[in-house]
Amino acid sequence: MEFNSDLLKNLVKTFSPSGNEERVRELIINEIKDYVDEIEIDNLGNLIARKKGSGKKIMIAGHMDQIGLMITDIDKKGFLRFTNIGGISSLLSISQRVIFENGTIGVISNENVEDKNKLKLENLYIDIGAKDKEEAEKKVNVGDSCVYLSEYYEEGSRITSGCLDDRIGCYVMIEALKRLEGTNNDVYFTFTVQEELGIRGAKTSAYKINPDIGIAVDITGTGDTPKSKRFAVGLGKGTAIKVMDKSVIVHPKIKEAMVNTAKENKIKYQMEVLEYGGTDSGSIHLSREGVPSGVISIPTRYIHSPNETINKEDVENSILLLKELINKEFNL
Amino acid sequence: MNTLEFLKYLSNSTSVSGYEENISEYIVNTFKEYSDDIDYDKLGSVIAIKRGTNNVSNLKIMLAAHMDEIGLMVKDFDDSGTIRFTSVGGIDPRTLVAQEVIVHGKREVFGVIGTKPPHLQDSSDSDKAFEMDDLYIDIGYDKKTVKELICIGDIITINREFTELQGNSVTGKALDDKAGVATMLQCAKELKKLNHQADVYFVSTIQEEVGTRGAITSTYKINPDIGIAIDVGFGKTPELDKADSIEMKKGPAITLGGNIHPTLRQKLIEVAEEYNIPYQIEVESGPTGTDARSMQISMAGVPCLLISLPLRYMHTTVETINMDDIKNSGNLIARFISEITSDNLEGYLCY
Amino acid sequence: MLLKRLTEASGVSGNEKEVRDIIIEEIKDHVDNYEIDKIGNVIVYKKGNVKGPRLLIAAHMDEVGLMVSDIDDSGLIKFIPVGGIDKRILVSKRVKVGNKKIDGVIGAKPIHLQKAKERKNALDLKQLYVDIGTYSKEETEKLIKIGDYISFDSDFREFGDNLIKAKALDDRIGCALLIELLQTDNEFDIYGAFTVMEEVGLRGAGPAAFKIEPDIAIILEGTTCADLENSDTHLQATRLGEGPAISLMDRTTYFNKELRDLLIKVAHENNIKYQYRKTSVGGNDSGTIHLSKEGVKTATISVPCRNIHTPVSVINKSDYENAYNLLQASIKKILEGGIN
Repeated sequence: MEFNSDLLKNLVKTFSPSGNEERVRELIINEIKDYVDEIEIDNLGNLIARKKGSGKKIMIAGHMDQIGLMITDIDKKGFLRFTNIGGISSLLSISQRVIFENGTIGVISNENVEDKNKLKLENLYIDIGAKDKEEAEKKVNVGDSCVYLSEYYEEGSRITSGCLDDRIGCYVMIEALKRLEGTNNDVYFTFTVQEELGIRGAKTSAYKINPDIGIAVDITGTGDTPKSKRFAVGLGKGTAIKVMDKSVIVHPKIKEAMVNTAKENKIKYQMEVLEYGGTDSGSIHLSREGVPSGVISIPTRYIHSPNETINKEDVENSILLLKELINKEFNL
Repeated sequence: MNTLEFLKYLSNSTSVSGYEENISEYIVNTFKEYSDDIDYDKLGSVIAIKRGTNNVSNLKIMLAAHMDEIGLMVKDFDDSGTIRFTSVGGIDPRTLVAQEVIVHGKREVFGVIGTKPPHLQDSSDSDKAFEMDDLYIDIGYDKKTVKELICIGDIITINREFTELQGNSVTGKALDDKAGVATMLQCAKELKKLNHQADVYFVSTIQEEVGTRGAITSTYKINPDIGIAIDVGFGKTPELDKADSIEMKKGPAITLGGNIHPTLRQKLIEVAEEYNIPYQIEVESGPTGTDARSMQISMAGVPCLLISLPLRYMHTTVETINMDDIKNSGNLIARFISEITSDNLEGYLCY
Repeated sequence: MLLKRLTEASGVSGNEKEVRDIIIEEIKDHVDNYEIDKIGNVIVYKKGNVKGPRLLIAAHMDEVGLMVSDIDDSGLIKFIPVGGIDKRILVSKRVKVGNKKIDGVIGAKPIHLQKAKERKNALDLKQLYVDIGTYSKEETEKLIKIGDYISFDSDFREFGDNLIKAKALDDRIGCALLIELLQTDNEFDIYGAFTVMEEVGLRGAGPAAFKIEPDIAIILEGTTCADLENSDTHLQATRLGEGPAISLMDRTTYFNKELRDLLIKVAHENNIKYQYRKTSVGGNDSGTIHLSKEGVKTATISVPCRNIHTPVSVINKSDYENAYNLLQASIKKILEGGIN
């Protein structure tokens, strides 16, 4: 199957920090509208696209938002101060370029301190080249958000880019949807907001949809880089079927269904026991009376940096697994 | 069913958080004798329902004790065939050194937990505690066989038999909170002798140890008028402050604090005094670390009570409890339930 | 004066009764319906001709404090914190214990007897206790029970240039704003919620929102203020006297942008002074309200409060007045269709 580089490139370069998911939502709507029966946007901004069927109600969730920075202050000389939207590291932020929704570019630098390891976000600032506050305010206001600027790079089976967390999940969902020939199950492709701020969009959308089964599509880390924390997941070793993270213990029957589906269809997979982190399934599985939920993970190196790195074959295997799962008859 | 036998079976069984299904059938079969209906929430919490008499206003009292236990999970293998693991729920790695385990793979496989041998350690290391990553499980096979038997994500339990000690004291690996489930059984037995108007929901909840998750989903399903959580509390030992602990064999600890409905709790104390059931007081200012935490804020809110059973050495493999405390707790809850009617409840709930 | 009554009442999280009683007394003749819900929140409905989306205005009744955990043989009282309290603020203070409000002090070892090294470490909570002047357990137990709540002893006092000092301004200031709003005959169709247990994890607001099912909610708060020590403007979360603070984002909510923009527009149109809350730390009841059911659009209007969570919190009266004006004008705009 041909890798749709143009789609992924468009997804990752579209501005969409948590709370500002409008642009990527528009892009996704345009991409999928011919393939689904209904499209709805809920109160928090989640995009819910339904492919009707008479079987189990399945909610598939991938988050549209990305981590970013929010401007909290503009000083007399035109320098911007900021707070984090989601998991932003001060060490990783130094020397990054950032881009605002209106295209304004800035660079992040730091106050002079003795020990750079002790830098907090409040010691950093953004320089957008304005000579004073007045000039800065022509381009940027307090409350505006920006994201790391990054380039999309593809070579052989490898892709490196910012924001693959979780545009790659959105990509997997879109591609699975396009390849779907039909389904007996009633499937809700849900592109969620504010995952990076605490799995918020998935909570309200799951309540609205009230599904029988939840499946999140998100990235996970790897343990295959020099002296990394021990973790059995590696790049190029297949799609990762989650067993547990801090937000969810995958329902044994869902885990079993995922493993069997992978085996039956000869899809390369690996098992994932993650000792930190969480995904949309963390919220979905606790909605109302409970929703048995699982997670398809795409192994990713250098998470939350502008150099998130994935393997195309892992992505393809994730699409195949999702597509087959959607067609599966579930007995819970 | 004898309460002690019930507790013994549960303690010796495996029900690590997320994998409680193993004991649901046993719980269902035991509670059937004392209830009218059996139901489940969608994540597997077991709900046994005992109907009340003349319950025209559909009064519902929910009891919750968690059926899951802490445990370990396989996360990786070494070339030597040893197994690396993580914990499910909070476990002090220092309590794991030199334990026997059962790895629940294709079949149940016995193993032991090892560490770097003393002669390879620096002498200065002896004051340093072991961390989880320093420990491994040896099941005595080479890597190839190990991988045939065991898969990443399989669960692991400590191999420890339930035993009776002196007096009415017992010890086991997972009395937290199987002692609470046993207390519900004691309550159900006592309720058979009493009249009660409310429908009583005995809920064995799942996944308490990883975030009171079963209480979230089961309470939503039931939407009770009153929620009563039953969990274990810190039994007094010399190294503990009196203020942080409760006394063994001095009866159920009735919890006070924001998570607990103040006037309803007063009624519970009155019932204890009226029927001469010993009790003690425990305080917790914010949300408790029990199912009551989630029950209280379910839907439009649920008035909650919490009964703590004094238990020593919590989250180790030698948890101990006194059967008298289980009996008194079960009886107290039963008496309390029999005194609640739709007519008087409003008064007890009045702030 | 309303704010004096409210701040001098004791309402440590989980024990809001005294505050709740005052609130009910103040509002009962001005609203169409009020009730105490199952966990102690006060839920209010005021009917009005100006109708729009279902609008909830919320403020929390509780305050941080302490709770009695044990009484030792000599009659001294051990305690645990209720909500976020810096233990370093407790030493050498007066407190009120229990519903009878028994006076007590939190003391410390005399400096004469301390070694220099001891002073490098903050006193741990375990080393602190309340002395009510009794000398035996029996004497103390006649007056105080385990589980009794302890609140700071601090009266309401006006001082300086238009300032007020009191305890519990977080969030009696919000309660006062909401009470005043309900007492005013402004024809707005609104729901109000006075919530419990915000300080121990936003516990009360979720059930209240679940019941009310609002489309939009405005949370009224007392918020952190750091305008004295830091000269760097970006570290000054809010400043006293600069008007109510409008929240952008905190640890629990990314506030709805449309609603935020409406508040700012209203402030400009009506010449009301306002400021942004320049920090994203902390959280408030919006955290649970905005995630209730299918989601709720929320905004927070806060009165800046120096020394928050201490017995000596400080606000500026003008910020209160501006907050009230902003609230009133914003509600009107929302109900008249300012939000989709």
